[in-house]
Amino acid sequence: MRLISFFSVGILFGIIMTKSEAVSWFRIHEMFRFESFHMYGIIGTAVVLGAIIIAAMKRFKIKTLSRSMVSYTPMALSVKRHLLAGSIFGLGWALIGACPGPMFVLMGQGFGIMAVVLASATLGTYAYGIFQNKLPH
Amino acid sequence: MNLATDIQSWIELIRQPWHWAVSGAAISGILFLMTWMGKHFGVSSTFKNLCTLAGAGKKHAFFDENLKDSYWRFAFVLGALGGGFLASQFLSSPEAVAISASTIEHLQQDWGFDYPQGHGFLPVDFFNFSNPMGILLAIVGGFLVGFGSRYGNGCTSGHAITGLSHLQLPSLITVIGFFIGGLLMTWGIMPLLFG
Repeated sequence: MRLISFFSVGILFGIIMTKSEAVSWFRIHEMFRFESFHMYGIIGTAVVLGAIIIAAMKRFKIKTLSRSMVSYTPMALSVKRHLLAGSIFGLGWALIGACPGPMFVLMGQGFGIMAVVLASATLGTYAYGIFQNKLPH
Repeated sequence: MNLATDIQSWIELIRQPWHWAVSGAAISGILFLMTWMGKHFGVSSTFKNLCTLAGAGKKHAFFDENLKDSYWRFAFVLGALGGGFLASQFLSSPEAVAISASTIEHLQQDWGFDYPQGHGFLPVDFFNFSNPMGILLAIVGGFLVGFGSRYGNGCTSGHAITGLSHLQLPSLITVIGFFIGGLLMTWGIMPLLFG
């Protein structure tokens, strides 16, 4: 039953990501060229409303379905790691125009090449698991 | 008005291109649902779960975790796949994604990319199975995203949406990193690859 709920939210996510056009390679390219406000508008709206929603859930002590309070365990601050990791991600994001969520959505839309991208992303994650001790954290 | 025409008019409403504010609000709705369901909304951990599923946990402790706690994520990404299918089959607008005229001009003049292609979602003339260079760059791009997101402990959904909504400084710095890498690729490397 719980898995069906997450599957349903996933379907909603796939539809929203498609209709928002945030899964479009061209929208991402346009964003990095600063030639449209579209993506900035989407992310900005989502974050402002998201911050209000999270703050309200904490303020009014709304319990989650797993009966816990809304909380967040902060990552240890490491500017070098965040910038380096973020930049590596950004290089890939701009090249294939899709971050992890959209990779799945585009695959569902019928772009078969995304299977290659998804497999390679899994391999990249595996490579991180192997080399993590050699990287600055 | 009967139910059938009612549904029809709803579908017509959804099918038209969405304003960015509508899209942003809808995404914050997903954040709410996931938070309310007791999860931190983040997609990139799926790749780690897939490594564990493939048996990587036997070799590397990093992947040695109980997958039971991650079944929900598999359910979610399968849903995302299904949602992409449903949206492209039944809810897509007749016109391709309306990107800006200057981006179209740049793509055509500088790189010879026709627009629209792939209904404005993916440059399929380049990223397809008959173009070895396209396959190679799909592999490179996917690898960088998979590596970077785990190294940074999250991707666009985990940092740019969830982390920033929780007002997390590490997420803000990571998102700045996304843009450093993205701008470097878009302005420095892609002109060499496609130009």
